[in-house]
Amino acid sequence: MLASSPRLRAVLMRLAQAIPVVIGVVVISFLLTRALPGDPAVYFAGVAADEASIEQTRVAMGLDKPLPVQFVHYVGDLLQGDLGQSLSSGRPVATDLANRLPASLELTLTALILAVITAVPLGVLAATRPGTWVDHLCRVVVTAGVSLPTFFTGILLIYIFYYLAGIAPSPLGRLDFIYLSPDHVTGFYLIDAALMGDWETWRGAAKQLVLPAATLALFTLAPIARMTRAAMLTALSSDFIRTARAAGLSKSVVLYRYAFRNALLPVVTTLGMVFSFALGANVLVEKVFAWPGIGSYAVEALVVSDYAAVQGFVLVMALLFVVLNLVIDLLYTAIDPRIGFEAR
Amino acid sequence: MTDQTSRRRFLKMGAASASMLPFLRALPASAQGNETLVVVTGATINSLDLHRTGTSRASYQVGINCYDRLLTFGTKEVPGNGLSYDYTVVEPELAESWTESDDGMTLTFKLKPNATFWDGRKVTAADVKWSFDRAVSVGGFPTVQMKAGGLERPEQFIAEDDETFVIKLDRPSKLTIPDLAVPVPYIINSVEALANATEDDPWALEYLHTTPAGSGAYKVARWNPGEQLVYERNDDWVGGPLPAVRRVIIREVPSPATRRALIERGDVQVAFDIPDKDAAELADSLDVFSTPVENCIHCLCPNFEFEPFQDADVRKAIAYAVPYEAIFQAAAFERGLPLWGGSEEITDTAWPRKTHYYTDLDKAKEHMAKSAHADGFDVPLSISLDLASWMEPTALLVQEALGEIGINVTIEKIPGANWRTAVLVEKRLPLHLENFGGWLNTPDYYFFWAYKDGHLFNSSNYRNEEIEALVDATLHMSMDDPEYAPQIQRMFEIALDELPRIPLYQPALNVATNGAEGYEFWFHRQLDVRLLKAV
Repeated sequence: MLASSPRLRAVLMRLAQAIPVVIGVVVISFLLTRALPGDPAVYFAGVAADEASIEQTRVAMGLDKPLPVQFVHYVGDLLQGDLGQSLSSGRPVATDLANRLPASLELTLTALILAVITAVPLGVLAATRPGTWVDHLCRVVVTAGVSLPTFFTGILLIYIFYYLAGIAPSPLGRLDFIYLSPDHVTGFYLIDAALMGDWETWRGAAKQLVLPAATLALFTLAPIARMTRAAMLTALSSDFIRTARAAGLSKSVVLYRYAFRNALLPVVTTLGMVFSFALGANVLVEKVFAWPGIGSYAVEALVVSDYAAVQGFVLVMALLFVVLNLVIDLLYTAIDPRIGFEAR
Repeated sequence: MTDQTSRRRFLKMGAASASMLPFLRALPASAQGNETLVVVTGATINSLDLHRTGTSRASYQVGINCYDRLLTFGTKEVPGNGLSYDYTVVEPELAESWTESDDGMTLTFKLKPNATFWDGRKVTAADVKWSFDRAVSVGGFPTVQMKAGGLERPEQFIAEDDETFVIKLDRPSKLTIPDLAVPVPYIINSVEALANATEDDPWALEYLHTTPAGSGAYKVARWNPGEQLVYERNDDWVGGPLPAVRRVIIREVPSPATRRALIERGDVQVAFDIPDKDAAELADSLDVFSTPVENCIHCLCPNFEFEPFQDADVRKAIAYAVPYEAIFQAAAFERGLPLWGGSEEITDTAWPRKTHYYTDLDKAKEHMAKSAHADGFDVPLSISLDLASWMEPTALLVQEALGEIGINVTIEKIPGANWRTAVLVEKRLPLHLENFGGWLNTPDYYFFWAYKDGHLFNSSNYRNEEIEALVDATLHMSMDDPEYAPQIQRMFEIALDELPRIPLYQPALNVATNGAEGYEFWFHRQLDVRLLKAV
């Protein structure tokens, strides 16, 4: 079966290639967290702890053992699918991540969809009409999007739409307190609520999502619009477009079937980069909107040297990127048949 | 009950209570009446069990609201700042009455006969014993706090019969009774806990971490770590007057700006622990309570291990150079109490108290000239990034002022995770800011932690034989003892003359309410939701 499907074989090959990457990430994240300043035993022993209780805490956390022994324990647990226990949240890291990753992904994906449906048409329009008001608008939006820090945009949007106008719901996280979270299926509230057919909650979740997603979208649309414009300009000035025009093909066919499709490759690449970037930039948006996402979790864990949580976060992110890169490569072949898996 | 609580079970619970609560259907805040209050806070509740290693401070509120102690404190009015607990009045909570033997070594408690746990089982002395045994055995913070009241070993606790609980002390101490009213010695349903204990986990730390089992005024209806905690009233509570509010929702909102918008709009009724700046600005439009934190002082600490600070004149020069007023304005927005410009004569035992130091650069320069370091020196001033909101402006002002007297200060910012190790455990920071506050409100208790050699909060490595002796003598002494006041005053005299800690100001805990009343300040600096009412 493998032989019959080159694509499947290629996918499996790529996944196999990810194994050394993941091993590297495990080793490095372990060493880096140990290199963090601070002594978690002191931190977690509490406010009025004395030498003895700090030592008790250290033993309880297994930090009294030498590093190689700690590493063997860690890898052993990891092989059984146990990411360890987070000290700051007091729960298994795997549970924490399973709860928080969907929150971050839901926010990031919504923001990206928003960004793409705004930025791509904007970029295309700007490229086809360089120097006009559309082009200038594109430039202003892009500059504003890049130069306004997300926490600022977030607070500004809250101020205008929640505090002054009163249209937006209270920025209280994923759901206002009057709703109950939907049963956990995917962890995406919009999907879970839809699966239950509970449209009341669905609307509640969607409303909460609008402001943070808009904040993040404003930030992410800049590189996408920029890249779309540049790629379109390059494509439009290339030989095959001139030929197509000379052959008398209609304007829309030239624009969408030939120019746009060729311009899509760099846009998809940018999209991949922006996605990973946005997951990180989330932290500030999460803080402002009380969004229980993975970014604020990781930052809080870092601040208190919560080793297991930081390692778990790094590992999950690494896996996410392996998958993301694979998806983008697959998208390449779909967009441009000239790119084959065999080539690499 | 945690996030595993199924939706259906939860709804049933809601439906079973007298009226349908405003879940699912959106109701405007004004229509909620006395049913629900929403509280926002920036801190994370990471465990429902205070006795567990790594439980955050914010989690202590579960110990307060969901569990009962034998005793609690009374209430007093703070002029201009609402209500506060009263350290001088101890009231029963689960105990009906208590007696002290003549030698002060045996305390006998009678439990309320009608007290029951949430599962309906009667609260017995055996539960109290098991809970106390747990607190002194699990190690870490609870064990240290129990020890402060002379409660160290399980053998000290005896369940005489179902309703009689006895504590045997090694020596009489004035700290024992107050220490029974702090959040730590709460009473757990030992039958339920033991049913869920394992061989590796005899104290059911894992079970109680997510599932409280108490007799307190509120049960935890729902807990999503990092998001919210929902309290639901226990209508059978006998520990005090039944709370007015049926349900209290604690929401975690990390951004102070967002918390401020929420409370200003009135969508939440309480914003707990808001920054000094917001408190100062909101005070005109909302009810803002800025209660000075008892027995807590923000200090500038010169470390005796750093050679120039061994010179008393250098320390006095610093104390006269510090711009107290400017710090109080820039770092505290005048929330709290000033601690400078008092009289030199000490006639009472009030603590924190105003020192006789004030900003006077000429005096500072005089002392500097008298010292062995008249030419000045370089020193780093360390601050914690976690506490930057007050430490950073303070450090900048201190830096500028000390520059005037020839001390060249560089500011060193230390990450929060590293701070405790550097300042309290290794005690290696030459000049730093510190903010210790003691739960038990007596000066000797503060001195025990902050001025005794080797003790955790003595980050200046200070040692004075007389202070050592005075603290040992006064720590357990009754405050009515004729010896007490003179000895405490002598302690103040030495500490304020030797200046291992230079008091800057007494900080405040700020709480804003909009549509709620009954807020009361507690020494543990957590929200006691049992007292809140909606308006």
